Amino acid sequence: MTGRVWLFGDDIDTDMLAPGLYMRGGMDELIKHCLEAADPEFAKNVRPGDVVVGGRNFGIGSSREQAAQALVMLGVSAVLAVSFAGIFYRNALNLGLMALVCPEAKSIRQGQALTVEPENSRAIDPTTNASFACEPLPPHLIAMVRAGGLLAHLEQRLKASRT
Amino acid sequence: MNRPQTLTQKIVARAAGRAHVDVGEVVTCNIDLAMMHDSGGPRRLQPMLKRLGASIWDPSKVVVVSDHYVPAVDAESASILKLTREFVRDHKIERFHDMQGICHVVLPENGHLRPGMFVVGGDSHSPTGGAFGCFMFGVGATEMCGAVVTGEIWLKTPGTILLNWRGKLGPMVSAKDMMLALCKRLGMGGAEYQVVQYAGDAISGLPMFERMTLCNMAAELGAQVGLIAPDAVTEYFLAERGVTNIDTARWQGDAGAEYLRVEEFDASDLAPQVAAPHSPANSGPAAEQRGVAIHQAYIGACTGAKINDLRMAASVLRGKRVAPNVRLLVAPATARATAEAAADGTLAALAEAGAILMPSGCGACAGYGAGVLAEDEVCIASTARNFKGRMGASSSKVYLGSPYTVAAAAVAGMIVDPREVAS
Ligand code: SF4
Repeated sequence: MTGRVWLFGDDIDTDMLAPGLYMRGGMDELIKHCLEAADPEFAKNVRPGDVVVGGRNFGIGSSREQAAQALVMLGVSAVLAVSFAGIFYRNALNLGLMALVCPEAKSIRQGQALTVEPENSRAIDPTTNASFACEPLPPHLIAMVRAGGLLAHLEQRLKASRT
Repeated sequence: MNRPQTLTQKIVARAAGRAHVDVGEVVTCNIDLAMMHDSGGPRRLQPMLKRLGASIWDPSKVVVVSDHYVPAVDAESASILKLTREFVRDHKIERFHDMQGICHVVLPENGHLRPGMFVVGGDSHSPTGGAFGCFMFGVGATEMCGAVVTGEIWLKTPGTILLNWRGKLGPMVSAKDMMLALCKRLGMGGAEYQVVQYAGDAISGLPMFERMTLCNMAAELGAQVGLIAPDAVTEYFLAERGVTNIDTARWQGDAGAEYLRVEEFDASDLAPQVAAPHSPANSGPAAEQRGVAIHQAYIGACTGAKINDLRMAASVLRGKRVAPNVRLLVAPATARATAEAAADGTLAALAEAGAILMPSGCGACAGYGAGVLAEDEVCIASTARNFKGRMGASSSKVYLGSPYTVAAAAVAGMIVDPREVAS
């Protein structure tokens, strides 16, 4: 998957990703305000396939899944960060959002193109071929994300147990 | 012969049906209890369960609490609460607490927790349960769905960071101040999804409600779980709520168990703390923020409106008045806290000082309920988080402090060291 990079700093929290003020109004309203406290242009201009890159502690805060779901609905294809908050990380994978720990994320630039290759534990700049190493994700979790997340995976499991 | 284990390893091993687990080992654990609330629970799980054609593995192991959208302020929140009631009825969930208060406080109040339990909660402050010696952590709605359909969840066994607190807190210094100081020292997320365990004589001397504040804000440290080994204080508190036959001796770390690291702190020299916007880690002595004018003071949330928090606030407010042009809102964490505060004169002290009493629930804490802020307004709150825009308009500013510090600011009309107002 290749997309444009939206670059964010450290400690991007779940109140920025899914502001509590808009939580009642449903996802369609919520996603318009996704990350507006950090970058007002993001929700307006993000395109399907784009990649979100963060610093340390991405997704700190509440357990609200809407934080990851908003990125999925906006078409974000992957999130790379120096480190993730635990609940957000689990939520992202469960919702089918590729989340990779990338210690070198700080050398990625806003707006550059990026090809994310979870199977190879890296992301690549297709213009310069510069490579950014990511921590490997266990194959069964990559498969779960590719399948669309935990629900799809459970669906298969329940189907198998019924037959 | 088993190698020595931490309390974390012992609880995880038991839940995984094993005698021993290693730190970092990925295991599948059986869930003793699953807690969900009106915001992240039924309304999100309903469509997922339908899609799967699945039901709940064991309704007797599920607790549902309506606390985020209570009381309803519009048709939308009312319908969320209605759906929640229908969900518990349809799924035959008997442990349902509708508008009785905030889940993390309602759980132990009703005797749902006991040491050694493995618990998942659909809320990030679920580590609060660790005050009772439970391994309790927060999960999102999809993961909760998986948990209640299968009764199990995968876990990468976390290591334990031991925070040793010696000494004794001074007057008007509380667990909240300990946590704000820890947020600064370790940093937001500094615990990196490991377990933080609090120990030492300063912890043994704390009542359960203060211990809950420590474990609650383990979430701000980025810990998966906050933990305190049970002792006589735990036993006494639980016995009063009908939970008996606790095996306190079993749920202790072994001598020689390995910790990721051990950090030492002295409670005696800690001053009241305030965290400036927009992070709990942006903290320091309250005196350093002296003079910051406020529009609103908020005593609320699972973190800062339990019965003893209300008593702390009342001890500052007795015989004083809230400053002109400042509003002091008090939303007791639970209905039981309200009743106890009514019985012992705490509520009267608050009301006489000019506090506005609000319903029990999450309220303004995360911008869900009443008491939110307008553009550019400044608030000091006893809540756990002051992220940008969390309590209302995105330009509003929230400072965090203990109930003493919030009450003192309400009286002074600005941030002060609460010891200044009291003397
Ligand atoms: S009071 Fe605040 S921190 Fe506690 S559960 Fe409710 S929203 Fe979360």
